[in-house]
Amino acid sequence: MLELRKTPLYEAHVEAGGRTVDFGGWALPVQYTSILEEHRAVRERAGLFDVSHMGEIHLTGPDAMAFIQHLVTNDCSKMRVHQIVYSPMCYPDGGVVDDILIYRVCENDYWLVVNASNTDKDYDWITRNASGYDVTVRNISPQVAQIAIQGPAAQTILQRNTACDLGSVKFFWCLPEATIAGRECLVSRTGYTGEDGFEIYCKPEDARHIWDTLLESGKGDGLIPAGLGARDSLRFEAALPLYGHEISQDISPLQGNLGFFVKLGKSDFIGREALAAQKQQGLPSRVAGLELTGRGVPREGYPVMAAGQEIGRITSGMFSPTFSKGLAMALISTEHTQVGAELAIDIRGKAVPATVVKTPFYKKAYRKE
Amino acid sequence: MSAVKYTRDHEWVKVEGNIATVGITDFAVQELGDLVYVELPVIGDEVRAGERLAAVESVKAASDVFAPVSGEVVEANEALDDDAGLLNESPMDEGWIARVEMSDPKELDALMDRTEYDEFVKEASH
Repeated sequence: MLELRKTPLYEAHVEAGGRTVDFGGWALPVQYTSILEEHRAVRERAGLFDVSHMGEIHLTGPDAMAFIQHLVTNDCSKMRVHQIVYSPMCYPDGGVVDDILIYRVCENDYWLVVNASNTDKDYDWITRNASGYDVTVRNISPQVAQIAIQGPAAQTILQRNTACDLGSVKFFWCLPEATIAGRECLVSRTGYTGEDGFEIYCKPEDARHIWDTLLESGKGDGLIPAGLGARDSLRFEAALPLYGHEISQDISPLQGNLGFFVKLGKSDFIGREALAAQKQQGLPSRVAGLELTGRGVPREGYPVMAAGQEIGRITSGMFSPTFSKGLAMALISTEHTQVGAELAIDIRGKAVPATVVKTPFYKKAYRKE
Repeated sequence: MSAVKYTRDHEWVKVEGNIATVGITDFAVQELGDLVYVELPVIGDEVRAGERLAAVESVKAASDVFAPVSGEVVEANEALDDDAGLLNESPMDEGWIARVEMSDPKELDALMDRTEYDEFVKEASH
């Protein structure tokens, strides 16, 4: 068996009683005490996540912006320094290489934050497509740890530990030269939970100090460590796509409901032609939200039925902790995706009724000012 | 005889007369985490030892519960319909899943007692 990779916070997870699992080759805690408890803490107070497994790829050089525009589907041309843009990155056929965050850390310096399990693949893809651009590409993942503090109390807790004015950091903006708990880091108002919150990028050797300091400092506010289980249930309720589920090499961003992040009208980019054709011809299938009206829990891979015929499969599904009912995202024939459509989910051979509902299931007003 | 017997799939069975009360063990519940839904068997169903009797679902995943003995389902714990969390709180008692009228009580002989089960769990978690 391959030795699992450990983040700089591995010992902290073990000491806190976290139950670690193999997550894409990384030993990470799925939960500390209870997924439901950790989920609720983030919705109501705050949770602290170790997301050090995420990959970071550094792009620098005079052509960095032009290169990024070529690589990704969203339009980054209006990005200001310290701004962050979310975008799918596609293959020529419109399939997704990965979905990434692009940080403009200074004029010609960008960080691409990528899914952990895609880091090597992304780095290869990016370097293979870099010819002709005056840009240097480096995989800096081993030099960067990442901690996310998420939830309504996140700002209050974090502000106690930094002299930076977090109130001035807008949603999807960052401070690349912040100091938190006395350690240098990059902090951004971003997250993957549907709540307000921050992500902190620091040196691996500083991660433990920042982690312990924040946990101690936020105790009175109800801050607790939260594992991968809660991270998944939180992102799911907010209908944030997960690579390999709602988008993949075989599921285009248009099918995955990420059309807003595909700017066909910008300069040419990889996948543009295929995506334009998909849009013009109409999508055979796309991702829709489903609410189970019968009893049970919809799970990934379960067939979705209309009039006894399979019309697609669930991409992510669970018992929603916030709504206490079975919810799912499913890739189904486009003709059945209108809100209110009555479908069924095949749960262990039984057709359980479900209705198409709007996504996100959970929406909180983000701080955008 | 009301000794509790255990399976390698982490079910327990408690016998009174010809009726076997079935549930999942404290160890299983701890491994599964927060339970959010239980698919109970239908009363009157005939089950065979080793076949699926019920399903328990945590936030993360669904797991089958297998019948430790063969027979007819005569009762299901409807309290779990309202609150699957009962399984987390009291897996060995109030969180029982179903009662089966045994057709072949000799099947019990193949099951483990608590000492054997504890030993089995210890070995399995190595």
